[in-house]
Amino acid sequence: MVSTGRVGCRRRPAGSLTVAGAVGVALAAGGCTGDSSVVSPKGPAASSVAGLWWPMLVAATAVFAFVTGMLLLAAARGRRRTEEQAKGAAAWGEPFIVFAGVVVSGIILVGFFVFSLGRMQALADAGHKTKLTVGVVGHDWWWEVRYPNGAVSANEIHIPAGVKVELALTTDDVIHSFWVPRLGPKTDMIPGQRNRLWLEASQPGTYRGQCAEFCGLQHANMLIRVVADTPADFDAWMAREAEPAAASDAAGQRVFETQTCAGCHTVRGAEAKGTIGPDLTHFGRRDTLGAGVRPRTPENLARWITDPQSLKPGTTMPPTTLAPADLNALVAYLDGLR
Amino acid sequence: MTLAREAPPLVPTGQPDEWLPTVGEGPTNFGWWGMVLFIAVEATVFALLLASYFYLRFRSGPVWPPDGIESPKLKLALVMSAILWSSSLPVHLAHGAIKRGEQRKLRTYLALGFLLGATFLLLQGAVEYPDIVRHEFTPRTDAYGSMFFTITGLHGAHVVVGLLMNAWVQLRAWQGAFDRYRHVSVGNFVLYWHFVDVVWVFVLATLYLSPHL
Amino acid sequence: MATVITGAASPERLEEAWHETPGLGSFLTTVDHKRIGKRYLYTGLLFLVIGGIESLVMRIQLTHSNLHVVDPETYNQLFSMHGVTMMFLFATPVLSGFGNYLVPLMIGARDMAFPRLNALGYWVFLAAGLFLYSSFVVHRLPDAGWFNYTPLSDSVYTPGPNIDFYALGLIFVGISTTAGSINFIVTILKMRAPGMSLDRMPIFVWGELAMALTVVFALPALTLANVMLELERRAGFHFFAPAGGGQPLLWQHLFWIFGHPEVYLVVLPALGIASAIIPTFCRRPMIGYTYIVLAEMAIAVIGFGVWVHHMFAVGLPTIGLGFISLTSFLVVIPSGVQIFAWLATMWAGKPVLRTPMLFVIGFIILFVIGGLSGPMLAAVPLDQQVTDSYFVVAHFHYVLVGGAMFPIFAGIYFWAPKMTGRLLHEGWGKVSFWLMFVGFNALFFPMHILGLRGQPRRTYTYQAGQGWDFLNLVETIGAFVLALGILVTFVNWVWSAKRGEPAGHDPWRGESLEWATTSPPAEYNFENIPTVRSREPMWDQPELGPHGQPPEAGGRGLGGGHNTLGTSLLEAEPEVVVPMPHESPWPLLLTVALAAVFVGLLIREWVFWAVAAVATAISVAGWFWPRGETQET
Repeated sequence: MVSTGRVGCRRRPAGSLTVAGAVGVALAAGGCTGDSSVVSPKGPAASSVAGLWWPMLVAATAVFAFVTGMLLLAAARGRRRTEEQAKGAAAWGEPFIVFAGVVVSGIILVGFFVFSLGRMQALADAGHKTKLTVGVVGHDWWWEVRYPNGAVSANEIHIPAGVKVELALTTDDVIHSFWVPRLGPKTDMIPGQRNRLWLEASQPGTYRGQCAEFCGLQHANMLIRVVADTPADFDAWMAREAEPAAASDAAGQRVFETQTCAGCHTVRGAEAKGTIGPDLTHFGRRDTLGAGVRPRTPENLARWITDPQSLKPGTTMPPTTLAPADLNALVAYLDGLR
Repeated sequence: MTLAREAPPLVPTGQPDEWLPTVGEGPTNFGWWGMVLFIAVEATVFALLLASYFYLRFRSGPVWPPDGIESPKLKLALVMSAILWSSSLPVHLAHGAIKRGEQRKLRTYLALGFLLGATFLLLQGAVEYPDIVRHEFTPRTDAYGSMFFTITGLHGAHVVVGLLMNAWVQLRAWQGAFDRYRHVSVGNFVLYWHFVDVVWVFVLATLYLSPHL
Repeated sequence: MATVITGAASPERLEEAWHETPGLGSFLTTVDHKRIGKRYLYTGLLFLVIGGIESLVMRIQLTHSNLHVVDPETYNQLFSMHGVTMMFLFATPVLSGFGNYLVPLMIGARDMAFPRLNALGYWVFLAAGLFLYSSFVVHRLPDAGWFNYTPLSDSVYTPGPNIDFYALGLIFVGISTTAGSINFIVTILKMRAPGMSLDRMPIFVWGELAMALTVVFALPALTLANVMLELERRAGFHFFAPAGGGQPLLWQHLFWIFGHPEVYLVVLPALGIASAIIPTFCRRPMIGYTYIVLAEMAIAVIGFGVWVHHMFAVGLPTIGLGFISLTSFLVVIPSGVQIFAWLATMWAGKPVLRTPMLFVIGFIILFVIGGLSGPMLAAVPLDQQVTDSYFVVAHFHYVLVGGAMFPIFAGIYFWAPKMTGRLLHEGWGKVSFWLMFVGFNALFFPMHILGLRGQPRRTYTYQAGQGWDFLNLVETIGAFVLALGILVTFVNWVWSAKRGEPAGHDPWRGESLEWATTSPPAEYNFENIPTVRSREPMWDQPELGPHGQPPEAGGRGLGGGHNTLGTSLLEAEPEVVVPMPHESPWPLLLTVALAAVFVGLLIREWVFWAVAAVATAISVAGWFWPRGETQET
């Protein structure tokens, strides 16, 4: 039978305390910052979005507090009421529903809609003020980068700090998505389509990103590094990137050209014009390999060449068996491609 | 097997002086609602398919049909349309006939509707399709070809189902199942058949007429 | 005989007309909505366990960075099947199961409008679930996500049969969902007891109606997309791949035109469960009935106008984005209206904190949290930051698990006594609730934070040094606590079915008609179809009870035969006495034939397929072949 308030479980306010406690612990566990945090922006686009987030969080918390408070109070006061009182007329009921559910909610929602629309429009307008365009082509599971001076690179993208840069995004195979949270929102890369995304880093630095549209086996290891240089440094860097490779270990170069490497990779200045894998002309200037799966060290590079599946299972890069001397020479060669 | 009787059966409900029939007409009958809702589902499929056609069209280049394909030939399509739409008349008359209890007319009109529907399919499958495949495009040529055959093929499949329904209703009519009070299957088939004809209006307009605009 | 002439019914005569002989035969041929409803519940909850195990394995893999508990392909299959299982094989079937069992009882009918179609719906659901999971046997589970975007899901990038299992399996299960929905709509519109005008119908029934209408107009989009995908994958057609003039985004549009209404069609009956429990456990009629009903319908309608918000990052023109952003903000309003109606009812009433009500209170808190992260996602620039991150995963689990699974568990504690005749153990019910509530929040709340900190979704691992490890560990622990809570309820249910306190016909002193029957109800449900004079008939009409409403008060025995009453659409005036079909083998036979059709398509054996197609036609003919008096003539 339905009990009328006897024993049963005391509805402590523990419910909301549990949630509040969880929030507290979580926030204490590292706050909301981090290399890829949406709410610690490092560029105007990301700042604009963060400025949309905080007021929405405050409003959401206030609404939650009101609803949960009313809920728990109603549960608590039920113990003192009788069934007679319960069945009484409640003329305030429907006006309350309309006021809270339609009027107040409507005002808050439409208000945030208008606010977010303004931000969206501002972001779109800013996209018309970009100063240079860098092309990025998504591949399974790496990024091809094309600079306006014809330089072709991969995975690490350099931009000048303090400048609005347009990224022209497309893909060679499936849908990918370009996302560097501290610099701005993401945009998908759709085959057959050219999408545009603008980014600006307020300060020089390195910014982390990641593919954000499920694209198969190694979606989780398709990382992006955006390096913002001072404008002067950037110009120098981009000019250098367009030049052929620096002279490097000759024995290693021979290994590169005669083994399967040249069939998939391009190194301008060597006999290597493959286009299946990333351009390696200035590979030695990059911090990571395999689209961010490991730091670019000789040990990691040797392992990547001989057993790439152990680092990135499912990658299209095939394993290559080499005599130790050849392997060392090859690693030295690649390391010297600066 | 149930043989039709002349008078609608009435049963007592348990309330004083209340006798209700056991079979209803139109919205009183559950099966009518089932057919209406089934039609709603199928209509949604066709609407989305035609919308997809326009989506693909307006996202491709300015030339439509693309890839050198010519705009669809209208003559045969219009003849086929006339034949299909005209089949709605005997089917409608069949329903009217059984509402008056006229068994022979029911069977005759149903058969006439069947013939016209089958002729439409024959022209589509044995004349139009081979001509297109031989001289113009196949479903594998490009998105235009895929859409053309998918849309007309899906419609054709619905015509086949309609013909099967027609055959079933004729079989039941020959068994004497229907009378002026019981003919729910006839009514439901008629609804479906008119639906198939209406869908063809939209298919004709989309596939055959709109590329010429 | 006097009984036939006056139309009075006796329990003996009804028993004889409606009895299904126990045994394997009737197990395979039953058309009783109560037996079918329970099957949907049990089978759907079994798929909950399977989908839950998939999520536990995923959580173990993600406990720390760079773990190797499962390889990437297995992980991709796990998250894909987790989504497919929970959406198609758990949520909708279980809510349909409740609907199947309860709707005829709540509206005072003896069965659903199409009992054999009802049976078909269950068998096809079971067959489609088996079809989808048979891919496990060949290690080819679908692995491109439950949303299955092209080009990843086309034959170039996923050449194996994984996606064919997906597409054909979903087309197959769609037959069940569609059949069930047509059944619900006709039942609800045409079989309500005399006097139960639309504005006296229980809100739970309105919720099932809204769900069913949504299915009719949304599911075709998914079916069509899957047909087109299979034609492209297997027959060389061009719809989605750019080479050949296709558009990858066409898949996304079609999928989300289905996919967004899909989530509302999961939530709407669940909101209806809350609206069934709150008046009973607050000892008063619901405040704002009309607003709640209008809100349910508004959610269903507006829900068709927001699908593009799943595509805010694909590069669409801003004017379209702005419009969809507006509709996505506005769709929150009808949900809010319902919440405030419930709050008003609780405030004005006397909340009784037994387990069903605890789950409802938990549901309200969790649904509100999910409903607050929703508008954040409606804001285009914010969505473009956090979409495809764990923030979205948090949002939709709050609204789907909080908003549907918690009401389902409330419904189990509320209605299992009606189904088994015994109450579930109250103490263990409370234990289950708290484990589930705490576990759920520990599992999903940190995901908001991880998403904001940049953790993308659908990733089998993540890098060290991001600061994501600790919260992922918390989430994994939370997952196991939630799973334990679910297990406690299942054990409670099984234990209580034989050893629980006897419930009697109305243990909660509820207000709707299902409490006017015995527990469990007789096969014929009501000795007399009652005349209803109020929105809360059990509270306002003391003559209602398991012994049937006497004719003087409006009861109709219909002669005690195998029939029920058809009534008018708006005011539920009696129109027709409808003969109901007896047990039939055709639903099962048709299911087997259909399964063979789909297997034939999968394995591309055209002779096999042709034979199966003929078997299908024969089964349909057998179904419609007249046996005795039916309504189909």
